[in-house]
Amino acid sequence: MNTIPFERPNGPLIELKNVSKVYGAGSAATHALRGIDLAIGRGEFVAVMGPSGSGKSTCMNILGCLDTPTSGTYVFQGVDVCSLSRNQRALLRRHALGFVFQGFNLLNRTSALENVELPLIYRGAPAGERRARARQALAAVGLSGWESHTPGELSGGQQQRVAIARAIVTDPAVLFADEPTGNLDSAMSHEIMALLAALNDEQGITIIMVTHEREMARFARRTVNFRDGRIDSAHHSQEMAE
Amino acid sequence: MIRSVLLLALRAIRRNVLRSSLTILGIVIGVAAVIAMVTIGGGATAKVTADVSSLGSNLIDVRPGQGPRPGGASESAAMFKIEDAEAIAREISGLAAVAPAASQPMQAIVGSANWSTTVTGSTNEYLQVRNWQLASGRQFTEAELRGGGAQCILGATVKKQLFGGQDPLGAGIRLQKLSCQVIGLLAAKGQSSFGMDQDDTVLVPLRMLQRRVAGNVDVSMISVSARDGVSTDKVQRDIERLLRERRRITPGKEDDFHVRNMQQLVSTLAGTTQVLTALLGAVGAVSLLVGGIGIMNIMLVSVTERTREIGIRLAIGALEREVLLQFLVEAVVLSSFGGVIGILLGLGAAAAGTVVLEVPFVFNPTIVAVSFAFSALVGIVFGYFPARQAARLDPIEALRHE
Repeated sequence: MNTIPFERPNGPLIELKNVSKVYGAGSAATHALRGIDLAIGRGEFVAVMGPSGSGKSTCMNILGCLDTPTSGTYVFQGVDVCSLSRNQRALLRRHALGFVFQGFNLLNRTSALENVELPLIYRGAPAGERRARARQALAAVGLSGWESHTPGELSGGQQQRVAIARAIVTDPAVLFADEPTGNLDSAMSHEIMALLAALNDEQGITIIMVTHEREMARFARRTVNFRDGRIDSAHHSQEMAE
Repeated sequence: MIRSVLLLALRAIRRNVLRSSLTILGIVIGVAAVIAMVTIGGGATAKVTADVSSLGSNLIDVRPGQGPRPGGASESAAMFKIEDAEAIAREISGLAAVAPAASQPMQAIVGSANWSTTVTGSTNEYLQVRNWQLASGRQFTEAELRGGGAQCILGATVKKQLFGGQDPLGAGIRLQKLSCQVIGLLAAKGQSSFGMDQDDTVLVPLRMLQRRVAGNVDVSMISVSARDGVSTDKVQRDIERLLRERRRITPGKEDDFHVRNMQQLVSTLAGTTQVLTALLGAVGAVSLLVGGIGIMNIMLVSVTERTREIGIRLAIGALEREVLLQFLVEAVVLSSFGGVIGILLGLGAAAAGTVVLEVPFVFNPTIVAVSFAFSALVGIVFGYFPARQAARLDPIEALRHE
């Protein structure tokens, strides 16, 4: 079995140092990230912004341990992610990360409860505990009583709540949200953002969220702007000053 | 890990019942075909063997002439005499009974009822070697046999045609111009495997047929039955040697008689039906293979269709081998389930088929076990490739998949 990465409690939760990502090679090479330095501490709520092609999605994939940088280092909880194998990164995701996507990405024809149970099944949690924690997570996102509904029977906002419940059911160190309101109308968007802000506020869950809507980014406590594969520091400091 | 993967696989199967049932259709049909064909074939083999045994499994028939063979008519050969049968009984060891016989097609008449049948003249030993049981009445007496008395024993068909539901014992019938008293009734045997009605027969003393019908002393067939445990092949060789001697056939010349050994016939016929069964089973096995390819096909399609789902699983933290195992378990569970349904369906079809074909239902546990194991194996073999495909997906690409 692969070893679960060792956790060092001191230092920042996330530390990117001079991270670059290059797709392709030679003249066809695309530089998605050009030397990113970024540190995120425990309990932060960070909004990542930037136009499409600015490298924010690539950065999120690297932060989410779905992808590895071409050069530079990424240290997560004191562990050098670049040195981990594909399986070890999967275990890191399983034990420390939660994901919420723009398109909800729930399993269709599967009840809300079973969707939320999914990460716990991969963790090998016993059935009773699994069910109890899934119910708890659904209650935390305000979906008590909707356990047996399938995604097809839920509104977009409700589906995203199920997805959030699935992401937090494992008590992750970081919750990654990739355009969580991209498919929702503004009323539902505000609901979801309020929920994320509450989770950050009340439960201290670290949240890193990609969005291109300034309005949504306002719910975060800090904004990081991407432009042409670099972090736009001017914007950065401005947001910090607010 | 196995338990959680099994849970995930079962949930995935349950999520798409239609696709799951289409996936297993090929396996169901393949297994059902194999089971039905092999079971019905086994029943046919059992029936043929039983039929031939009802003729008397230790039976050896000896007839004058070279017998049926490809290449045209054989030379006409001298008939046997009663003395030939007596010589066989006297000089060959290991025999249970020897019955000389001669037959004539004749009209049997009772009142206005009229039936053409085969009249066989023989001795009481004929009943023994041919496995005939008396349903009622008695055998011929010594005096009747020696004197060629006008008594007869009727087969079930003849009795039905001439007497209907009445009891014929003691009644008189006419065989062409001869009056005959019915002294016994044979138990019905039914049709032989060759489609002949074995019960369409009348038995009379051999001397009666020779003197009063044929007007000669010919014996057209000698039926011999070997004692249990005695090799019919050895008895056949002994008879051939003795008859060549008695009929003064010089070495190098062919026999002018032929010996038919039922034991050989049984094994030949059983061999034929077994070959047929194997052939049908092979056809079924091919359809099983096609079913397996169907599983692979649908599993591959489902990997494409479920790319996003696989992406979700990988993002959540599923290991490569967990995804591989899940898809593999799905394939094996589906194909084994298909195997079970196929077995039930095949046994049902075989039960119906055996009723229609009037052969016994012979349950063959080996073929059931083999087809089940094979269907599970099909799942592993044909499920592996799509499963590996799924496990190797890049989670980012998979999540982006529409």
